[in-house]
Amino acid sequence: MNAIENNLQEAVETVESHRSLRSDAQSTGDSEQARSPQPQSHLHPTPSFNLADHPVPNGHEEIWRFTPLRRLQDLLDGEDAEGELDYKIDAPVGVSVSELSLAEARLLGALAPEDRTSAVAANKAEHVMRFDFAANTRFEQPLIIDITGESAATRAYDSYLFTVGANAEAAIMLRMNGSARYSDFITLVAGDGAKVNFVIISDWAEDAVQAGQFGISVGRDAHVKTVVATLGGSLVRLSSVAEYKGPGGQLEQYGVYFADAGQHVEHRLFVDHNQPSTYSRVDYRGALQGDGAHAVWVGDVLIRKVAEGIDTYESNKNLLLTDGCRADSVPNLEIETGEIQGAGHSSSTGRFDDEQLFYLRSRGIPEKEARKLVVHGFFADIIHRIGIPQVEERLLAEIEKELALVLG
Amino acid sequence: MSELIISDLHVDVETETGPKNILKGVNLTIKSGEVHAIMGPNGSGKSTLAYSLAGHPKYTITSGSVLLDGVELVGLTADERAQAGLFLAMQYPVEVPGVSVANFLRTAKTALDGEAPKVRTWVKDVADALGRLGLDSEFASRSLNEGFSGGEKKRNEIVQLELLKPKFAVLDETDSGLDIDALRIVSDGVNRYMSTGDHGLLLITHYTRILNYIHPDFVHVFVDGRVITEGGAELAEHLEETGYDQFVKMAESVPA
Repeated sequence: MNAIENNLQEAVETVESHRSLRSDAQSTGDSEQARSPQPQSHLHPTPSFNLADHPVPNGHEEIWRFTPLRRLQDLLDGEDAEGELDYKIDAPVGVSVSELSLAEARLLGALAPEDRTSAVAANKAEHVMRFDFAANTRFEQPLIIDITGESAATRAYDSYLFTVGANAEAAIMLRMNGSARYSDFITLVAGDGAKVNFVIISDWAEDAVQAGQFGISVGRDAHVKTVVATLGGSLVRLSSVAEYKGPGGQLEQYGVYFADAGQHVEHRLFVDHNQPSTYSRVDYRGALQGDGAHAVWVGDVLIRKVAEGIDTYESNKNLLLTDGCRADSVPNLEIETGEIQGAGHSSSTGRFDDEQLFYLRSRGIPEKEARKLVVHGFFADIIHRIGIPQVEERLLAEIEKELALVLG
Repeated sequence: MSELIISDLHVDVETETGPKNILKGVNLTIKSGEVHAIMGPNGSGKSTLAYSLAGHPKYTITSGSVLLDGVELVGLTADERAQAGLFLAMQYPVEVPGVSVANFLRTAKTALDGEAPKVRTWVKDVADALGRLGLDSEFASRSLNEGFSGGEKKRNEIVQLELLKPKFAVLDETDSGLDIDALRIVSDGVNRYMSTGDHGLLLITHYTRILNYIHPDFVHVFVDGRVITEGGAELAEHLEETGYDQFVKMAESVPA
């Protein structure tokens, strides 16, 4: 076998505690207060709806350095859409669907694009599709949107705004199938006290390319859970950006991904603790197999000066099932106040643990079965937190499929 | 009537600087119904004996034989050795996140028996076995060894011993880290396992404490990768008074 670069792991940590106060941070002028605060993150460019604010990257930028740009060049250049994907919408009673302009969506809280591809999607999509969940309503059925592409030669852009009214309880599932060259721009605005379970399943055919941004605005005392499952596609790059609209907001973000030979799967998460007493948990786990399988996970948490009493923890784990794959895992923490409940992160990338396998096998369990148990166990914690049985079953079936590939 | 015959066992362990010879010719025969204690100072190779019998990939048997009822274990994988009837209660049971104790026990039992255990009796068997070791039934839903206390890990090993019923069990320092109550509970479990008369036990320990609860028929003193002397239970009492020093000296004067 050729010398293969594998098991590469990168863990970069940026911790800034006790940063000296800047003069403008103390300013309390009305104009400062009225404007939505700009992220002060060192790791994130300034968000903007203006395409000109996001120059075409050359690959050396912090946010693009892991991405094979050539494979999504047309989505970066901002060439016009060539078609639309096919949509099937299954909306529960009480959800109103409408089409908005980008300007209208901004007024309703759409979070500004943080990178070039999402800015392109925001500006190039014909309209913003809005799904509004009435306040004070408990929606028993999930809103399900099936998005299907016909061909990887077709470029398409979409923009979505999901607004969940105050104290409403809702589940939303976005499933992407088929082939496309696709960029999407999504915002979820969870009203005060709302409870939202948001699932994105990227179940693309192996030639699909997707780049997108998933913005999350967590209302006061709202509880948002997101689950991202990236199961297919040639290149998938999802940036999640989250912020809080008031104290007490809780955010849980879970991810499951599989990168097979030649696939690039990239998840970037930014949690902006811009309100006090907020909570966030990020836990992404992936399995990689085959030559050239590449997974990237970058998790950033910014704890602003104002964000006293917050609690955050982010974690990423990768399991390398074969030689020839590569996982980059980069947790970052930017801390501007020490008056917090907790902040931490962890990252691990490894192969099958020989000791685990030995323990199981020493009880008579054959190797194949032992490996299955370990992989199931690796994902079990996350899958059991999803809370939507059909999604859990779908993911368990996908694990079986991946195992069949590697174990035969 | 079963028999485990270890003959002239030589074992290397993988190290960063290459293989290192640890076991230098171990001979031992255990019949069902017998309790054999292996006692020795730290670093004498006791755990290497345990792991190499069980088939840990880090240890290489360079020569010798391990026969279990006529089946040669050398060359078999760990799961094949378990299926031949060998069990190792580990000193440091490994955490397997996301795999519940119940799922693990059922999978192991199915693998050993070649068929799934009957649901109704099995659930009760598991609950009873846990109860006898002082563990509640909720224990079965926890991730295997994850977040277990040292005592819980050792109890869980003995739960497996009682449920899987191997012909021969090797206990690798099961007594270490146990308080006196846990030691009694664990020892009771081992004695229950032995009470049927058709099981054999190899008890590896550094201290004589556990031998007050599990009475050995034979005691083997292990120094520098081999048995340097052997006797009955009285040898353990002698060790308690004198320590290992004289045996270490004896090993130095008698080359392997």
